[in-house]
Amino acid sequence: MLQNKKKNILEFWMKNQLADEGLREDLISNDELRSQSEELITALVSNLSGDNFTNLDADEWSPVIEILGGIAITRARQGFSPRETGNFVFSLKEAILDVLQQEITNDPMALFKESQKVNRLMDNLSVVTFETFIKGREEVILRQTDEITEISTPVIRVWDGILALPIIGTLDSARTQIVMENLLQEIVETGSSIAILDISGVPAVDSLVAQHLIKTVSATRLMGAECIISGIRPEIAQTVVHLGIDLSNIITKATLASALAYSFKVMRLEVRKINTVTKF
Amino acid sequence: MDKIPILRMGAFLLVTIQVDLYDRLALNLEADLVQMVNKTGAKGVLIDISAVSIVDSFMGRIIGNIASMSKILDAETVVVGMQPAVAITLIELGLPLKGVHTALDMERGMNLLKSIIEVTDDEDRYPETDDLIAE
Repeated sequence: MLQNKKKNILEFWMKNQLADEGLREDLISNDELRSQSEELITALVSNLSGDNFTNLDADEWSPVIEILGGIAITRARQGFSPRETGNFVFSLKEAILDVLQQEITNDPMALFKESQKVNRLMDNLSVVTFETFIKGREEVILRQTDEITEISTPVIRVWDGILALPIIGTLDSARTQIVMENLLQEIVETGSSIAILDISGVPAVDSLVAQHLIKTVSATRLMGAECIISGIRPEIAQTVVHLGIDLSNIITKATLASALAYSFKVMRLEVRKINTVTKF
Repeated sequence: MDKIPILRMGAFLLVTIQVDLYDRLALNLEADLVQMVNKTGAKGVLIDISAVSIVDSFMGRIIGNIASMSKILDAETVVVGMQPAVAITLIELGLPLKGVHTALDMERGMNLLKSIIEVTDDEDRYPETDDLIAE
């Protein structure tokens, strides 16, 4: 019966969706919405057969679920809110119920039964939608985390033979590993003999992080370069001492500037102001 | 059996390890090197490990041993050209190679060795080695 009413349902559904005040015209165009909806309904209706209403694991449902999943993931990436995505499916339910009501006018029992079936089906479908939506969001978050780790540990060549690594954000084992690898690789590539590890952007240091820092410094030393830690905040200095971490074998400087000045001294470089012509 | 060549260059001994060391080879190198230091009266040992891509704790210890033995025989050891992966491995194994000098490449290692030996020479002069260092 629903098969014949496909067009009707689609119309109702579109009307419902368009009437919704929360419709995000900035994120999705009407045409796109319509084609998405049409695709879903076609799949839904063509796979309907009397007895598979409740069993979503049945093979007939996999194309529907696939389409729904696709839509949910796209929406997650586009930045739809969960409510908006949910409404997409709920409004379909309303549309189908409306059509059912128009069709079955003289038999309340039958109407009730059919409605219940549709209810159950659509609820199941919306759960699937939500699951996929959340999965999509998690993927987005994971990708962003990866990107942040990538971006947040740049190795900068501040001078010929001097590298600097500003570290911003909390240091954990995974990040320290990346920092260490990037640093050592860059030392080999540029032939730098001094690396400055600036931790002024690190909010907190615990014993594990300190351990990682010491490891990084030792590894740099093994490579034949020198590693200076700069930008240790007073609070961090306090914690380090309270934790009983020994940083005495490591060269530490208060600021990146003083670390750079120290590096110049080690490399026997001199930077000074040029006397201007007017003075003569 | 493979043998790692030890070259003499003035007051220094040069060891370039071009293959991945296996335990036996490393032990032989250690023995040969100590003999060589003794025989030539070398003041510095330069070990180039830029071609070594894998180390284990045994290798790390051998390098440490070579350094301490040379030190006893009055020679400084400089290890040059360590690969990042090797450095990370040694650190993770808890072998920071104390007492070993390191440099990025052969050239810097040589300069480092020269400067170290000059410093020690200023403190207590060894007249018989002066001409060797001068070259």
